[in-house]
Amino acid sequence: ICNSISRPTGEGCRTVPLAGHVGFDSLPDQLVNKSVSQGFCFNILCVGETGLGKSTLMDTLFNTKFEGEPATHTQPGVQLRSNTYDLQESNVGLKLTIVSTVGFGDQINKEDSYKPIVEFIDAQFEAYLQEELKIRRVLHTYHDSRIHACLYFIAPTGHSLKSLDLVTMKKLDSKVNIIPIIAKSDAISKSELTKFKIKITSELVSNGVQIYQFPTDDESVAEINGTMNAHLPFAVIGSTEELKIGNKMMKARQYPWGTVQVENEAHCDFVKLREMLIRVNMEDLREQTHSRHYELYRRCKLEEMGFKDTDPDSKPFSLQETYEAKRNEFLGELQKKEEEMRQMFVQRVKEKEAELKEAEKELHEKFDRLKKLHQDEKKKLEDKKKSLDDEVNAFKQRKTAAELLQSQGSQAGGSQTLKRDKEKKK
Amino acid sequence: MSKGLPETRTDAAMSELVPEPRPKPAVPMKPVGINPNLLGYIGIDTIIEQMRKKTMKTGFDFNIMVVGQSGLGKSTLVNTLFKSQVSRKASSWNREEKIPKTVEIKAIGHVIEEGGVKMKLTVIDTPGFGDQINNERCWEPIEKYINEQYEKFLKEEVNIARKKRIPDTRVHCCLYFISPTGHSLRPLDLEFMKHLSKVVNIIPVIAKADTMTLEEKSEFKQRVRKELEVNGIEFYPQKEFDEDLEDKTENDKIRQESMPFAVVGSDKEYQVNGKRVLGRKTPWGIIEVENLNHCEFALLRDFVIRTHLQDLKEVTHNIHYETYRAKRLNDNGGLPPGEGLLGTVLPPVPATPCPTAE
Repeated sequence: ICNSISRPTGEGCRTVPLAGHVGFDSLPDQLVNKSVSQGFCFNILCVGETGLGKSTLMDTLFNTKFEGEPATHTQPGVQLRSNTYDLQESNVGLKLTIVSTVGFGDQINKEDSYKPIVEFIDAQFEAYLQEELKIRRVLHTYHDSRIHACLYFIAPTGHSLKSLDLVTMKKLDSKVNIIPIIAKSDAISKSELTKFKIKITSELVSNGVQIYQFPTDDESVAEINGTMNAHLPFAVIGSTEELKIGNKMMKARQYPWGTVQVENEAHCDFVKLREMLIRVNMEDLREQTHSRHYELYRRCKLEEMGFKDTDPDSKPFSLQETYEAKRNEFLGELQKKEEEMRQMFVQRVKEKEAELKEAEKELHEKFDRLKKLHQDEKKKLEDKKKSLDDEVNAFKQRKTAAELLQSQGSQAGGSQTLKRDKEKKK
Repeated sequence: MSKGLPETRTDAAMSELVPEPRPKPAVPMKPVGINPNLLGYIGIDTIIEQMRKKTMKTGFDFNIMVVGQSGLGKSTLVNTLFKSQVSRKASSWNREEKIPKTVEIKAIGHVIEEGGVKMKLTVIDTPGFGDQINNERCWEPIEKYINEQYEKFLKEEVNIARKKRIPDTRVHCCLYFISPTGHSLRPLDLEFMKHLSKVVNIIPVIAKADTMTLEEKSEFKQRVRKELEVNGIEFYPQKEFDEDLEDKTENDKIRQESMPFAVVGSDKEYQVNGKRVLGRKTPWGIIEVENLNHCEFALLRDFVIRTHLQDLKEVTHNIHYETYRAKRLNDNGGLPPGEGLLGTVLPPVPATPCPTAE
């Protein structure tokens, strides 16, 4: 018996003026401090052919020498190599994961090259989804491994995109934020570069590839993001070598005909990439990954598993019901398997039993045989003994009879009869 | 956790009149424009600024519930806390609206803005609590309401196509008003807090503290603390959720010395020493609400709003809500399909409290 009166959100919710300083304007700070103490994580995926300078670019972007051997061109298939690093700047700790393709574009048949990449991205979503669906979960300390940004390295041919690039980007654009970049762009001249960029952008548009657009809804960054959107794809150069130019140490690449400075905006777009990727839009990249790409994956996956949302007119399904159904199905399967195993077990036992029974029978037979043999032997021996006894008895009888006769004879005749008997006996 | 928080917070506890502290930003802000001369600097710490901007844009929700017998000054206190008329005082109701026969739950939302931060504040009042002759189980409607909010959120979260921002109506904080008898806690207080401390963050406050002298106040507080401990009632900030040593020392101090806060509320201003202050006028003097020598209102306000607001929300989301969710998902394994599950008929949220993990 409880009345609940509540004014629903958004409808008629009055804005009430404050008569003084309350202090909840420190809320963003409270939130940010919590996040700082927990640390952030950011995951970048670098997709590109071997030798396009992926590792060098990452080193340059984050001012660190990440370990790793350069890959060879002889990989049998496309693999992904993932490494996690802990970076610290001021009081902000960042768990950075860099995933790189190994052997991309090296195979003769590249039809399936995109598959390992898609599978990897999906696997990260799946891991997060599994954690979210658990009954006892720890989402707030979960290490988020979902890819927040995918840097797609385009080879500096100067002509157009390769078909492998188009196919791969088309497969990835609904799963991850793609930022296309032109690698090793010191191989292209300025004029060629502008034409190249235009060609790439038009090809992407005509093929319906959705690349990541820097957000322009927040006034403070709308302007800069808008300009940057027009500079895509960024033409970058990476270098970890520092050379002395003028009186400063700068990251640069030295050629006989001059020195290319990485952080010089007239030379390449590296600074723009760093600005956009890290300093302005890192949070937005993470948010888009979670609220758009992950939600899409989750929706598809759950629908695939058979869940449905509530329908306004028909009887609604519920997640729990489907869970129940799935669970019963699963239990049924388990039971079936158990039955099968039990059957097999019973079968085996029967067989073994039969075997053992056979053996037992044999043993019994053997025993009987031996027993009979033994009895026969015994009987034979007894017979022999009996016959021997008979003989002995007969001998004794004769002896007694002889002695009797002798004693009678000695009374009547003397030793002659005895002699005669003796001879007779002989 | 106190990195970057205003150091004036602890100073405020010392001074008489609480100055208005402006929190220092966590990190010195980096200009958004391109600065090519910084070689070694990557720019990772700009994420703080990016995050702050994002949260300012989306705004915040905060839902606070006040529980206590009639006449303890609940509405006045909430109005004083948020310096606006967010709660309608019972005394201003029509005479026909007498004390309700059962506990009612009234939730009213307002939007308040300060320093660019927009907050949707919902005050949930519970008229009728503890006012009947037989108050057995009068906490049940409140517990039911809290669980209903968790249920709503869970339902939304479990949808296939779900909203970008799930509306949060869960109760983040429950202020429980203790009557300033000076003796000890009443059985009703203990029962309520025992049941509810497992599902929501409870902050006990001693109401109308202007009826106690300083000695009586400190004795009463000690006794209350003792009784809460003896009865195993974990009020916010709960010991088990202290994240690191810093949190622990800070929270220990609050738990063992300041709480429960003895407060006085007022929405009237008077002139004291040439300044306009919120206070209560009595024949023997003016009680200044924001004066730490007079009462602990400023401590409560700083605690709830200026330092622990986000933490209240996080404990609600990460711990209380998760406990509810785990229990709910576990339980449904036992129910036959089609009955009382999410999505179909809105399941009867159990009137008896959900026994928690313990």
